[in-house]
Order: sequence, then C-alpha cells, then structure tokens
Amino acid sequence: MTGKERIARRIALELQDGFYVNLGIGLPTMITAYVPDGIDVVFQSENGMLGVGPAPADADADPDLINAGKQPVSELAGCSFFASEESFAMIRGGHMDMSVLGAMQVDAQGDLANWTIPGKMVKGMGGAMDLVAGAKRVIVAMEHQTKEGGSRILKACTLPLTGRGVVHDIVTELCWIVVTPFGLVLTEVAEGISAVDVQARTEATLLVSPELRIMPV
Amino acid sequence: MNKVIASADVAVADLQSGSTIMLGGFGLCGIPENLIAAVVRLGITGLHTISNNMGVDGFGMGLMLEAGMIASHMGSYVGENRKLEAMVLGGELDLTLIPQGTLAERIRAGGAGIPAFYVPTGLGTIVAEGKETRTIGEREYVLEQALHADVALIKAWRGDRLGNLVYRKTARNFNPAMATAATLTIAEVEELLEPGELDPDHIVTPGIYVDRVVVGASYRKPIESKFIQAKLAEKGGKT
Repeated sequence: MTGKERIARRIALELQDGFYVNLGIGLPTMITAYVPDGIDVVFQSENGMLGVGPAPADADADPDLINAGKQPVSELAGCSFFASEESFAMIRGGHMDMSVLGAMQVDAQGDLANWTIPGKMVKGMGGAMDLVAGAKRVIVAMEHQTKEGGSRILKACTLPLTGRGVVHDIVTELCWIVVTPFGLVLTEVAEGISAVDVQARTEATLLVSPELRIMPV
Repeated sequence: MNKVIASADVAVADLQSGSTIMLGGFGLCGIPENLIAAVVRLGITGLHTISNNMGVDGFGMGLMLEAGMIASHMGSYVGENRKLEAMVLGGELDLTLIPQGTLAERIRAGGAGIPAFYVPTGLGTIVAEGKETRTIGEREYVLEQALHADVALIKAWRGDRLGNLVYRKTARNFNPAMATAATLTIAEVEELLEPGELDPDHIVTPGIYVDRVVVGASYRKPIESKFIQAKLAEKGGKT
C-alpha cells in the first residue's frame, strides 16, 4: 500500500451514509475508490454536479461531463446538474458534510495554504477558499513532508493562506492529527511509526492523545 | 421578435476595444468557442476579461491571450496557461484571482441588482485585504462587490429565437449567471428550436437576459485533461 493509498483509505472510513462530500483534485479524489460497503455517499463537483460517477471508458467520455479537475466523469442514477452560483451556494451555505483538500502547508492554528507561491507559481485558488469557509468538516489530505523532506505541518504557515483557522483534521501517510483550540493533537499513527517519529518530521508541536492508536488501515 | 444573428462574426462585429467581457465556461467545458474565434478574428484589443479560467495554451481564451487582446483578467484558476503565468510574473497582464464561489456570486449579484454582499470566504487571507469586514452574529464576513460587464459571451446547448436557453450537463457552469450580468449578452447554441419547443419548465435562462443568439458553426469541444496530455506528448516528441 502506498502512502497516498493509506491516506485515501483512512479518510474513506470517516464517510457516513447520506454524506454529501466534495473532494479536491489529486489525492483526495482517490477516496472514491474506498467508500465502505453499505454506505451511500454523494460526491459533489463544484463545477456543477451532484452524484459524480467514476471515470468512463475513453470512448464514452463526454466533453460536457467533467469534474472540477477537468477530467471526464460519469453520471450516477439520481445525479443533478446546476450552475456555478448554485454550486457555491450549497458549499458556502454549509450543506457539504465534508471537504477533503490537499495542502502545501497547514499550521497549529488550523490555517491552510494551498493556492499560490508568490513570485513562482500563479494558479489561483479555484473553489478552495469557498470550500474551507463553508464545509461542516475540512480534512487536509497530504503527504507528511515536502519532496525535499521539509515539514508541511508548521507552527505558522509562511505561504499566503487559503483560510484562517479552517482545518479540522490533517491526515498523512504517517498519522491523523486533530486541530484543537489547544493545538495539534496526534490521535493515530501508522503501524511501525511512533509519536516520536512523527514529531521528528513535524515543525509544529504535537500533543499526543492519551487514546493514541494505530491507524486502522 | 427574432434575436438570431446569421453568424458569430456578425454577432460580435460591434464589440469595442477596451471593453469588459464575461466569458462562460469551466476550463474548456461550456465555452463559447465560436464567439471566441470570431472575437479573435475581429482583432479588438485592451480587453478586460472575466471568466473562471483562461482556456489553455492553444484553445479557448488561450487564443485571445496569444493574440495579445487581453489587458486584464479576473478569474479563479489559471493553472493551465504557461503563457499567462509568464505574462503575469513579467508584469504584462493584470490578473485578479477571486475565489470561485465569490466570483460566481459577484456575477449573479451584478445581474440581480445587488451592489454588494457579505461572505465568509477569504477572511484572513489576501483576498480580504482592503475590503470592509463586518461581524454579523458570531462570525466575521468580507464585503464583496457585484460584477458587471459590457458584453457576456455565453454558450448554451439549445435555444430559441426569443433567447430562451437550456444547457447540457456540466457545460452550464458560469453561463447562466453571466447571461444576466452584461449590457449585451450574446449566446451561442448548438441547436436552435422554434419557440414552444423547449419545455418552459426546463428553461434555465429566460430570453429576457439574452440579446443575440447564434448557432455555432462547428464544435471542437476538446476534453481539457486529454488536450493537455496530448500537447505535452507532442512537445515531448519534438525535443
């Protein structure tokens, strides 16, 4: 199992029957493959669709039917289409049970940075700022460290923010961290990894939960 | 009443350099590709564009960018344009990035007679810098202003000569809101039907918002993820 797969599998366990969920582009989208049996989840795509189905065969790809990552998707029975302002009314209005996004940096205050690197990268925030401002629960799904081995979980973000105090949970291939008013609380570690190992790869100070457990994936 | 114009070129012939133009679409999905081609042929310059994205290098609004027609742009995501990124970093183009939901609502407000509104989005980020904030209840909000344009170029699936429009699947996106928020709204459609043929219960954009209707001469409709993959492969093959 790769680190990314572990992250996706673990977050999938948080899904509950009847949830409406928006998944960010990339790693978060992998979660759709691990929805537990017997649970009905409706995936939203912010370009205007509820009930997003899996990628179709190339021959069936419809240019009028894409997800927010601009990839072809399919329709599940009971899906619906709507315009952008309505899509974001449901996001901003608190109707999404969960939003899972990637991050470049997260910090001890639950601040998130994932949209720009000044002077280097011009991409834009897309719908990320709206999602973190409106979803009932915001989960950051990301690899624990940068490619160069630097920490992404910081005392304070250094990049321009996507949202301030918006993250509820941080899930990496090493652990589950809950953002609390008292700081970051380590609640789960991957098998073979200790709390000391996680702290060694994390700039922010982690409080270790008295109920620390092994990630159930 | 007949809003149908013979061709995309005729429909955009009176557009002016320096105008503010909204363009519908999300990525390359639901973009007015025939109207964009006509605007490129018209050759006007100094345009201020408002659109969620900027097409890609080689298609959609990317063609307007490459033709040097755009002076400034407002959108939420422009990650698929190498040329745009280079122009912005080089100070050649004035880019304003706006959260996607705020962008959609600012356009909706522009068409709905609402001059400004409060949202939680972007609070505590550079998006909120210089903007009025206000605490309502227990939460702080940012005041966002409505957007209006001289012209909206939009794309629908089917329409009639009265300007009633329906859209297809996720190609709806920003098109209906933009139709309401411009002084002149030009819609291109894939199919033109007789008044009464569209089910009145299914009409998404009522004709009151639409000034001109054009039947698109042809549709290429590339799928963006595949278009970019193909371009990369082509570039890889050359080097």
